[in-house]
Amino acid sequence: MKKINFLIFLLLVFLPNKSYSLIEVDITRGNLNPLPIAVSPLSSDEKTKIALEKELTIKDVGSEIAKVVENNLRKSGLFNPLNKEAFLQKSDIAHHKPRFEDWALIKSQALITGKVSLQEENLRVEFRLWDVLAGKEMLALAFTTVPKNWRRVGHIITDKVYERLTGEKGYFDTRIIYVSEEGPKIKRIKKLAIMDQDGFNTKYLTLGNELVLTPRFNPTNQMVTYLSYFKNLPRVYLLDIETGLQEVVGDFPGMTFAPRFSPDGRKIIMSFAKDGNSDIYTMDLENRIVEKITNHPSIDTSPSYSPNGKYITFNSDRSGYQQIYVMKSDGSNVKRISFGNGLYGTPVWSPRGDLIAFTKLHKGKFYIGVMRTDGTGERLLTENYYQEAPSWSPNGRVLIFYRETKTNDKGEGFSAKLWSIDLTGYNERLVKTETDASDPSWSSLLSN
Amino acid sequence: MNLFKIYKNTLLVVILAFALSACAQQQKSATIDSQIKDDVFIGTDTVEYLAKGVPDRVFFATNESVLTTRSRETLRKQATWLRANSSVTVVLEGHADERGTREYNLALGERRANAAKDYLMTYGVSSDRISVISYGKERPVDSGSNPLSWSKNRRSVTVKAN
Repeated sequence: MKKINFLIFLLLVFLPNKSYSLIEVDITRGNLNPLPIAVSPLSSDEKTKIALEKELTIKDVGSEIAKVVENNLRKSGLFNPLNKEAFLQKSDIAHHKPRFEDWALIKSQALITGKVSLQEENLRVEFRLWDVLAGKEMLALAFTTVPKNWRRVGHIITDKVYERLTGEKGYFDTRIIYVSEEGPKIKRIKKLAIMDQDGFNTKYLTLGNELVLTPRFNPTNQMVTYLSYFKNLPRVYLLDIETGLQEVVGDFPGMTFAPRFSPDGRKIIMSFAKDGNSDIYTMDLENRIVEKITNHPSIDTSPSYSPNGKYITFNSDRSGYQQIYVMKSDGSNVKRISFGNGLYGTPVWSPRGDLIAFTKLHKGKFYIGVMRTDGTGERLLTENYYQEAPSWSPNGRVLIFYRETKTNDKGEGFSAKLWSIDLTGYNERLVKTETDASDPSWSSLLSN
Repeated sequence: MNLFKIYKNTLLVVILAFALSACAQQQKSATIDSQIKDDVFIGTDTVEYLAKGVPDRVFFATNESVLTTRSRETLRKQATWLRANSSVTVVLEGHADERGTREYNLALGERRANAAKDYLMTYGVSSDRISVISYGKERPVDSGSNPLSWSKNRRSVTVKAN
């Protein structure tokens, strides 16, 4: 992934002191009263507009950036961006000195204003967040970047606003890697694809000549590990997103699958299947040393590290059926943690460390759920005909997963789509993709 | 009188429709019953043949990799044929149905194909003539979302590799 240098600096430090702020958004509960917020289009002078339109073929980048922000805020479920038609104050004036009573009149509690300009070849975007009721500025920042990064500016603004109002890091300047699917169910063509978290800027990383599955980012989002059936040999691969270079991970005499990176990015953990038995292995990417982590005549798969790297959660049928286990990262101290009714799979440790998300199969239905790392506090978030493979947003507040539809009597009507849901179990949403999609994996924040 | 007639006719139609649908229902479940035994597909649909009388595939129960009596019979036929055709090498392709998580199904497909491989080896086919690949739930033969379709997809298929 191309490293983009963003220059971020504080414009004017008025009072980023949380204790004075009146607005607070509670993200720990399902939010039935999203915060009314006004996102004023980012203003720019005519000269800037014309120059940017020439370069980007977009009429008014300032208002397009505002739309990115608005869309992000709405989809978070925590905010209710107000209709622009109702805005009384012009955007350029509002950015300098909002008439708070005008914004309060339309029931807005927070206001985002901004300005777009050109600094030589670069796009300069400044924005401010205002507390309408208190009549105070809460945040003021400016960014400088190349113009074609304008959508990312919108995502970064959203992250800053989200962080200021909720007290937690955002998840908007991120990407999703997934498997793009096309064609009939019995002969699916699958490609690796990557897109911005909001479904824009899709790029395909493989051509669809071979089956590919389960891509996952490394912690710096530059590498991806996934399963490819290249030359009909299912093996775990490593792909450098920027250069497009691919290599097989290790030299295993059989199928390797279910790969993920260790939290420090140095190892890949995966399953290796031989003679009808799957065990969990790691390979150090630097010195190529392979270690066998589990040694059991059952299926051990879907390993996922805890964020501190000390533990691994995985899926095993050693009890007779698929259940979730936790062990130390050297393979010792194996403990089963799932004890509810049904089968459990795809455990994945939350980036905050306190929860494990999973797929559950019970009485013909599939659930996405979470439990604490000792197996207590199981909570099912969503039920469907078929869904699996949750992946956490970098702040641990949202899960993305995929869902498949039931076909009709003739075997028609199959589709696979990405969905997201809040940890609260509210705010379930279809994630827009160009094609059918499965196996999503959420990146970490691209900028901080 | 007229009303009565209409009433009578309608009743007749309704009864007929009922009878027909019941019949269809019965037929449908009868076909399923005759094609699935103990959760394992026993029909001939989708089955191909390596040679005359030598079926290419065996089927499994949900989440299982145990070979049924019928599967063992099929594999013995395959072993006999392979011993008689010693230049042939095969790939055993293991599959799962769509009602499981992707990664677990990859492992399950591998386990099923290996169950078939072990049996072929017991009946005298050398292991270097057999390779194994799992497709998990990625390559169903039947795209239906019902128990019969799923049972056809839980399979290990012996495919000529040369």
